[in-house]
Amino acid sequence: MTSYIDQFPEEARLVKAAMVSAFLALAVGATFGLLQVLHRTGMVRVLSSADYYTALTAHGVLLALTFTIFFLVALFTWGITTSLDRNLPSMRFAWGWYGTMVVGALMAVVAIFAGFLTEPPTLLGEELSASVLFTFYAPLQAHPLFYLGLAIFVIGTWIAGYDWFRTYWAWKRDNPDERTPLPAFMALTTMLFWWLSSAGVAIAIVVFLLPWSLGIVDSVNPLLTRTLFWFFGHAVVYFWLMPAYMLWYILLPKLSGGKLFSDPLARVVFVLFLLLSTPTGIHHQYMDPGIAEGFKFIVMVNTMFLLLPSLLTAFTVVASMEHGARQRGGTGKLRWLGKLPWRDPVFTGMALSGLLFAAAGFSGMINAGMNINYLVHNTFWIVGHFHLTVGTAVALTFMAGSYWFIPQVTGKPLWNRTAGLVQVLLWFLGMVFMSNAMHRAGLLGVPRRTAEPQYENFAFEGAIGSVGELDAQVVLGGTLLAISTIIFLVTIVMTMLGDRGEVPDNSYAGTLSGPEHSPAILDNLKLWTAIALVLIVLAYSLPLAAIVQRGGLFGPGIDGITRVLPPIDTIGGLVEWVVGR
Amino acid sequence: MDIHTYEKAWLGAALVLIVFFIATVTYGTVGAGVEMIDDSGGTVDPNNLADHERFGDPGVEQVGENEYEVNVIASAFFFRPGSDQRGFDPIRVPANSTVTFYVTSSDVIHGFSIPGTNVNTMVIPGEVAELTVEFDEPETYGLLCNEYCGFDHHNMEGTVEVVPEDQYDGGDGQ
Repeated sequence: MTSYIDQFPEEARLVKAAMVSAFLALAVGATFGLLQVLHRTGMVRVLSSADYYTALTAHGVLLALTFTIFFLVALFTWGITTSLDRNLPSMRFAWGWYGTMVVGALMAVVAIFAGFLTEPPTLLGEELSASVLFTFYAPLQAHPLFYLGLAIFVIGTWIAGYDWFRTYWAWKRDNPDERTPLPAFMALTTMLFWWLSSAGVAIAIVVFLLPWSLGIVDSVNPLLTRTLFWFFGHAVVYFWLMPAYMLWYILLPKLSGGKLFSDPLARVVFVLFLLLSTPTGIHHQYMDPGIAEGFKFIVMVNTMFLLLPSLLTAFTVVASMEHGARQRGGTGKLRWLGKLPWRDPVFTGMALSGLLFAAAGFSGMINAGMNINYLVHNTFWIVGHFHLTVGTAVALTFMAGSYWFIPQVTGKPLWNRTAGLVQVLLWFLGMVFMSNAMHRAGLLGVPRRTAEPQYENFAFEGAIGSVGELDAQVVLGGTLLAISTIIFLVTIVMTMLGDRGEVPDNSYAGTLSGPEHSPAILDNLKLWTAIALVLIVLAYSLPLAAIVQRGGLFGPGIDGITRVLPPIDTIGGLVEWVVGR
Repeated sequence: MDIHTYEKAWLGAALVLIVFFIATVTYGTVGAGVEMIDDSGGTVDPNNLADHERFGDPGVEQVGENEYEVNVIASAFFFRPGSDQRGFDPIRVPANSTVTFYVTSSDVIHGFSIPGTNVNTMVIPGEVAELTVEFDEPETYGLLCNEYCGFDHHNMEGTVEVVPEDQYDGGDGQ
């Protein structure tokens, strides 16, 4: 018996707690998802349309931030301890960062949910509410509790990262000549770009939004806080995605019956994400006034190069699966596909989510095209896109992965494989319907983020299909996803309530081409972090200086502040001079 | 470093694809002349729009033979001009015209989108979004806010009427 709980009983409790937190967020967030598709399409309206936005805020915060990141900390804790074969230095410390994250998440959630009350309670002299969506663009204002909660949650993740790093440093002292094992390498590079990028949102919250919501400063510069949000906002999508990549690289090849095709290329991929995740955020602002076209062009180029690591991943993952299938006796050009373990929900869920991620890659390439963005910006297309990425590549991989991890951290075998298999298939089907219809509706100009995309004066018209048909697909897809979520939660609860028994060994895939084939420089995290910093400075210093120069640090309400900051004026003057040439 | 031959080929193809995408976007910008919304619209004081030369009396202005400027203020939850169902004038321009929109916000961040056209921009308080489009055929378009701006966001809409040249009476009904 060598499951994770046998090797690391203390850490297993923490991993289990973080996963259960993720699943609670999923349960509540997904419920809102179903209410939203029924509401938007006008099929059933349980909430008022004003409350729709409160529900949408909860959906975004609970799923995009809480579900994903709690699962991430669980997975990375597993990856660090398993691959370094080493305990975390202190369990009290580890429970401390987990507790910090829980407190932060609860504060934000309480602030959001108070928005459903007809008479929200007053706290700090302000009514409790936070119907600002998960992007919280100022000058829409949330209660300070919301901003504070988000900041505390992010700080919890920072401390978690420190905990993994010090585990790694201790391991390095004991094993100075060994290459960093792949799962640890993945967790550490991911944390590095997370620290760099989430600094942006932390500054937006702590320096600008929180003092403003508390009434300490009168106003904000909306373009500045928005830009700081997106400084973090694109890297965060890779923060969601990297744990899924980790599972595709280290678990999927093993489940296929083979080995990872190339360890060196996997390292290259993660280094590329460390370098390019952050200096791309302005591509969410292609349609923003106040940012020069040249800055947008630079970011477009960075974004296109960010396709490279994902295209490399597609190759490696498929090649590893083929290798596995051939080990199982698969032959032919495509017949080997039949030899893959399609009855295993862990494998099938991950393989299907990879398939839909390929589709998401194509819509992402379109989003990255700066000038085509006029067609799709802020339309339902975007919602279709990220329900394939975070909603499938990430969420479905996590759910499928849970069928492997929950047995690992409880020592209890999966309750019902068939239920798991039905669940991942339903998710795949539901998402195909829903996101396809969302993409197509977006091309008609149907906007995202609205309770009632039914307008008085005009109707959306397209070349093929009608809005009614698209609505029906969205509702069908959303319903299948809701059923899938219920089956998932039942399967997890039943597994946890079960008896201990035989579970798979806690091990991950070996490699065909191992770390000995990759140059040692790939493991030089200091070097890559330094280059990442340089790229961020190159992509962001001039746009940020220009934005501050145009609108002031604290926006139109506070004239004095920009004047007491001469360096900013100087940089701004320099920018004007350069741009004016 | 050891890279499999197939993987090298894939890597090469991926790089070609990426360069191709960058080339198409560059062509769109330089060749086809698709300009991005940028910093050319300038800034305004969102608290004093009434005193602003452009936004003090927003509306449609003829600035050349077939050239028009449309100054619009977006506020929760209407466009002025644009939101005819809220009692404001619709935006009315003649066919075969080149129209430059100048859009700003008096309160929170909004969107300004005319479905079925390329008109789509964020509207940020303090900033003026400037975008130029050509309307060839007479048609009535919808106008909508596509960024969440508050509890009644879904009712923030309006109308853009592109009328035949001979029926054009000079913009927003003056």
